[in-house]
Amino acid sequence: MSSPGAPPATPDDRAPWPGPFVRYDLVKEFVVALAVIAGLTVVLTILFSSPDDTPTTIQSWSQADPGDFLTTAVTELNGTSEIATYGPPYNNTSGSAQKIGPIPLQEAAGVKVPINTAQSYVIEPLKEIPADPQLKTALAAYEAAPPKLQEAWTTAYEEAVADVKVVGGEPVLPPGDYGPVAPMMASLLGLAQSGGLDGALVAGNHHFYETNYTKPLLFLSAGGYFEERAEGQHLLGTQWGMMNETGSYPGQVWLWLYTFWYQVEPFKESPNADALIFVLMGILSLAFICIPFIPGLRTLPRHLGVHRLIWRDHYRDVES
Amino acid sequence: MSEGGPDSVSPEERKMWTTWVRERAVATLPPEKLLPDRQPSYVSSWIYVFGVATIAALVVIIASGMILGLKGPEWWHVTGIGRFFNSIHLWSVELFFFAMVVHLWGKFFMAAWRGGRGRTWVTGAVTFLVAIGAAFTGYLSQQNFDSQWIASEGKDGLNSVGIGSFFNVVDFGQMYTFHVILLPVVVVALMVGHILLVRRTGVVPPYPARTSKPAPSPSPAAAPTQGQGGAP
Repeated sequence: MSSPGAPPATPDDRAPWPGPFVRYDLVKEFVVALAVIAGLTVVLTILFSSPDDTPTTIQSWSQADPGDFLTTAVTELNGTSEIATYGPPYNNTSGSAQKIGPIPLQEAAGVKVPINTAQSYVIEPLKEIPADPQLKTALAAYEAAPPKLQEAWTTAYEEAVADVKVVGGEPVLPPGDYGPVAPMMASLLGLAQSGGLDGALVAGNHHFYETNYTKPLLFLSAGGYFEERAEGQHLLGTQWGMMNETGSYPGQVWLWLYTFWYQVEPFKESPNADALIFVLMGILSLAFICIPFIPGLRTLPRHLGVHRLIWRDHYRDVES
Repeated sequence: MSEGGPDSVSPEERKMWTTWVRERAVATLPPEKLLPDRQPSYVSSWIYVFGVATIAALVVIIASGMILGLKGPEWWHVTGIGRFFNSIHLWSVELFFFAMVVHLWGKFFMAAWRGGRGRTWVTGAVTFLVAIGAAFTGYLSQQNFDSQWIASEGKDGLNSVGIGSFFNVVDFGQMYTFHVILLPVVVVALMVGHILLVRRTGVVPPYPARTSKPAPSPSPAAAPTQGQGGAP
């Protein structure tokens, strides 16, 4: 103790402390804390390192599971894939945007990242392949065909692709009327397996430098292979999703409450789960910030009594 | 120009913006209050350590992040030393959140907003929420499978309320910029503001005791000689 006097039993929250003071070396405390934290991180680093699972590429996907790749690609072509029917910010698919009650925030924000899946994922990359007269003919035939005929070809291909076999690098489907879609998909698979589609989707706007992976990442996320890999790493939404990390690392555990709502009704099965949970977390976060001003909540700690453990030395002094 | 210290500030100097700012700053937080060497006797619990531990972890995060930034986002994937500093970065983030959460719970149980300290709580709570965003963009900037998956999942939540139209989590360039400069600047600014508020208002005193001795009248001997600051 550096100054005499007993601590008061009923201190004034606002007034300067009238009781005794003790020496407290803040700078020393910080330097010691820094040394301890730095030492702990080094120990944890030596013991556990950090995870770094290689990314999935369109090349690795198409090589590992060509059937899944072709299924996804043909749904991108006929506009029935997850991204093609997503709504804002990628397109204007009617009725697909989530709502909070009657409020359509997703729709109100508009289409700011427009993606035409047929053009972006199939037709434009195929047009970049040089010196392939058969492909050029197929593309011209597809683009010249009326939409109903295009739909008939892609639907037939989509139904048959579950039985695809890859022989000598070429996809072989049961006999059917696929029109030019079959050679187009065969070329797209070849482009993907060579790694060319990864580059084509990133550099699609013909810039030399590029840091935006929106197109390839959305394409990957529409396929089953990507999700299977995530399931194996306990990363699915039903497995508490984003708060987890690959392997056995703690991940973003501070997202536990956000992830929790996805595990329970009514959010679990709601088509508007993302929007509802986001707004709920917004309200809870605001309440968390405003605790000092919320009647009942701001006085709750006094009734919980944990403060008596924290200040046990003080209470022992004044109550003895 | 004044030679004799603040007392001899001329009327012309008093009109200067610089003089005004200096005098306001010193009046609000005199040095003995900004960096006190004494604390009220009730500041004697391990819970007080977690505030300073949070700051220490942030220093390690920023230092390791700067080293990673010096070599660019590819470096840690292809070298052992890069992986080492990435691991330091990861584990300091985990310790940062652990210390911060314990600190927040401690301050909640103390009702540390009492006595006009509401802004201190608010800045701390907002720092926690912004830090979650900073960590989230860090996970998106890893350039591995985890960041791919987090981006593909995270986009749905943000798109569902329209934020995804402006904050595109599958755009690596945008997320990387948010992670290495925009959000860290906000976190550091908030934390500095939070610490200054703690210095200004001091550490919240305990709730009244159950049985009380008569409160001593303040005496010169009991008053702090170096001001009443507080451990953050």
